[in-house]
Amino acid sequence: MELTVNGTGMNVTATDDTPLLWALRDHLGLTGTKFGCGMALCGACTVHIDGEPARACVTPISAVAGKKIVTIEGVSATQQGKALQEAWIQMNVPQCGYCQSGQIMSAAALLAVNAKPDDSDIDGAMSGNICRCGTYPRIRAAIKRAAGQLEKKP
Amino acid sequence: MSPPLPFPAESPRLDRRQFLETLGGLVLVASAAGIVKAEDARKYGADAMPHGVSDDPLTFISIGEDGIVTVVVHRSEMGQGVRTGLPLIIADELEADWSKVRVKQAPADEAKFGNQNTDGSRSVRHFVDPMRRCGAAARTMLEAAAAATWKVPVQSVRAVNHEVIHTESGRKLGYGALARAAAQLPVPPRESLKLKQPSQFRYIGKDGTPMLDGPDIAHGRAQYGIDVRVEGMLYAVIARSPVFGGKVARFDPAEALKIPGVVKVIEIPGTPIPSEFQPLNGVAVVAQDTWTAIKARQALKIEWNDGVHGSYDSTAYRAELEQAVRKPGTVAREVGDVDAAMAKAARKVQAEYYLPHIAHATMEPPNATARIVNGHCEVWAPTQAPQGTREDVAKRLGLPFEKVTVHVTLLGGGFGRKSKHDFAIEAALLSQQMGGRPVKVTWTREDDLHHDFFHTVSVEGLHAGLDAQGKPTAWLHRSAAPTIISTFAPDPKHEAPFELGMGVVNVPFQIPNMRMENPPAAAHTRIGWFRSVSNVPHAFAVQSFVAELAAASGRDHRDYLLDLIGPARRIDPGALQDSWNHDESPQRYPFDTGRLRRVIEIATREAGWGRKLPKGSGLGLAAHYSFVSYTAAVVEVQVGAQGEIVIPRVDIAFDCGPQVYPDRIRSQLEGAAIMGMSLAMLGEITFKKGRVEQDNFHAYPVTRLSEAPRDIRVHLVPTSDWSMPLGGVGEPGLPPIAPALCNAIFAATAKRIRRLPIGNQLASA
Repeated sequence: MELTVNGTGMNVTATDDTPLLWALRDHLGLTGTKFGCGMALCGACTVHIDGEPARACVTPISAVAGKKIVTIEGVSATQQGKALQEAWIQMNVPQCGYCQSGQIMSAAALLAVNAKPDDSDIDGAMSGNICRCGTYPRIRAAIKRAAGQLEKKP
Repeated sequence: MSPPLPFPAESPRLDRRQFLETLGGLVLVASAAGIVKAEDARKYGADAMPHGVSDDPLTFISIGEDGIVTVVVHRSEMGQGVRTGLPLIIADELEADWSKVRVKQAPADEAKFGNQNTDGSRSVRHFVDPMRRCGAAARTMLEAAAAATWKVPVQSVRAVNHEVIHTESGRKLGYGALARAAAQLPVPPRESLKLKQPSQFRYIGKDGTPMLDGPDIAHGRAQYGIDVRVEGMLYAVIARSPVFGGKVARFDPAEALKIPGVVKVIEIPGTPIPSEFQPLNGVAVVAQDTWTAIKARQALKIEWNDGVHGSYDSTAYRAELEQAVRKPGTVAREVGDVDAAMAKAARKVQAEYYLPHIAHATMEPPNATARIVNGHCEVWAPTQAPQGTREDVAKRLGLPFEKVTVHVTLLGGGFGRKSKHDFAIEAALLSQQMGGRPVKVTWTREDDLHHDFFHTVSVEGLHAGLDAQGKPTAWLHRSAAPTIISTFAPDPKHEAPFELGMGVVNVPFQIPNMRMENPPAAAHTRIGWFRSVSNVPHAFAVQSFVAELAAASGRDHRDYLLDLIGPARRIDPGALQDSWNHDESPQRYPFDTGRLRRVIEIATREAGWGRKLPKGSGLGLAAHYSFVSYTAAVVEVQVGAQGEIVIPRVDIAFDCGPQVYPDRIRSQLEGAAIMGMSLAMLGEITFKKGRVEQDNFHAYPVTRLSEAPRDIRVHLVPTSDWSMPLGGVGEPGLPPIAPALCNAIFAATAKRIRRLPIGNQLASA
């Protein structure tokens, strides 16, 4: 099956029911997308499918053929992704860092549709992503910082 | 926490080692057997850890001709920031330019690197001095190399920000140009090293140092254990006995083997209880990818023999623990005559507190990869205990220690779970069964929640006798909880000294009559240490109970707590019958009540203690000493009409002595506030018929962003006194959070929570 990941066509030899998560990780070697629960409960596997945030652990590859998949490895090509990654680094957001790919992907999808999210917008977009280390206050602050940086740009 | 020694714990009073005196620098200790000779004197701190420390600059530092400084980090990174914290200590003494510092993870080799067991909040506390000496030694060698090049006295040159400068002539040589010559020089003797004055620090104690792994994490390049890929690798998941100690009676792999991509089905033998860190009995499916292995596991037909723990029921067990604390137990500490004082008390107060089993639920579930080539086993694992992993893999495979290499990856969370390396042994066994082919074992979330080494379950019974003014004259604490020792020794029934030393015996209250008891409790599942360990239930009980006593006496909680603690003084932990003291010297690390008082004063002042709040809102306080650091937390809570809880703000005051990396200290405390909230409000693992009832995050919820406090204010107690020893950071933030929250709920609603998690207990109010 051919998948378009981060702008590149890639061939995957796996059964149709294989979740995109395992196709990315085991077959394509794109390990930035993380396994956390397998039931769309924790958000560690968040990717963008045609621009929409999706949980790769419950998305079979048969459902994404012909669609544009963006992962953490490719999200810096978007201005939101790049601004968020910079804010994450500047504010020392991560602790262990494992959930942060998914956090950044959820945040990038938020900023793509809402350039200036308030606290309740952030609550709504980010509460599907669990961080066990407890970096939430810094995630919230970094999203606001990235939004501010994007606003300054022409 | 390190694996505790399975010393007998039947009678903490008899086993206690107590300080008598210090003679000529040698400590004499007394034990049940009498006076122990000075040469047997107990070691403390890093010296008490296997393999102690190394401060050899050639082990930890290399400098390329391009000037890039590579620092080897021998402790595991699990979010506490150690891969930046230790290098910044070296970089500071080395006078290195931070932008030219890189980090390399050490494999398991304690003989070379010193102790690598990353737990107990010890990495910076034990390695700040050795790492400073490493940096200073390397700086001295660079200066000597420059002086030799210029043929000038070494006293006339000095290292400044990645260059050595000859002051008179203004000549300069960069570290890259000097590296080769410097590495040929002898390492200067330890006593000759000139360490920096704290006023000269560039990075230590300063803000603005970015985490070295930050960019890799933000771009998805950081490599955790689960991301390891080895040529020709197969993928495995394992069906493990649903009951601890259970066994495979029979299994039929036929349906699983029919699934395309399945390579082999292999039984992993169990180990009789106490099984330490050995894998549970189970059946593994090895396949071409993880998904195939997960699917095929569902197709396995397995019959289990549940064994002795097949009837474990956590509801019934709670009742058993409650009965246990209603009867006397082994006395762990006794002062005065509690029974006489109780009889005379104007008023008696009692309460029981319950904390259930909780699971670590690291976001990266346990996993490991192994291969065996020419009789040499290589393991890649997100392990907190590299050396222990290497030893146990070698033993289990029957290989010499030298024939095992353990590569330590990043850990996607640890919290104590990844100190227990059953997952690494599983990978090694499977690779062995596959003729050495690389195999990665992945635990699903269900596996993780079902087969954790769970945080103990406890009931704490507290009794106080008060005089007419509400001042306690008697204090009785009965703590009943299955001990971690049960993972290492057959069926112990009592908490070990290190568990009782986490907030049962070492309570510094000025109460004339006190008794701490430990009734028996048996373990029915794997008990292991979870961040902050027994401090969590003990601080929950003690700090809630003090607030209850203050309320019963009509007094302000803060004032009451400060009165109980009494004036600032330095207490020998031995005088509190705390023989453990986090394995630190009682001389260097006395219990300093002045420091405990100060964090309480700071947290309450910063939080605006006593300020007027709307109806349904309240402030709650708790303070606790653990990992030789001092923490106080004030939680602000709003309780809605339906019992819904919002925490707008948390103030945490923290004193860990001198601070190396303040940003990561703050982040650890921010995280502790949120993890504390998780376990207070949501976290509970229950058992029925020996089986865990929670499968995934829907049934074992943890705090999410929308529920987390919006505003966590960390107040670090500053010190410039580097003669003070360092305290731990990763764990001490957690214990005060749950009691501070429950005390705030009481302030807001007059409802007292004595059973965690809070769940919907307020909804029924």
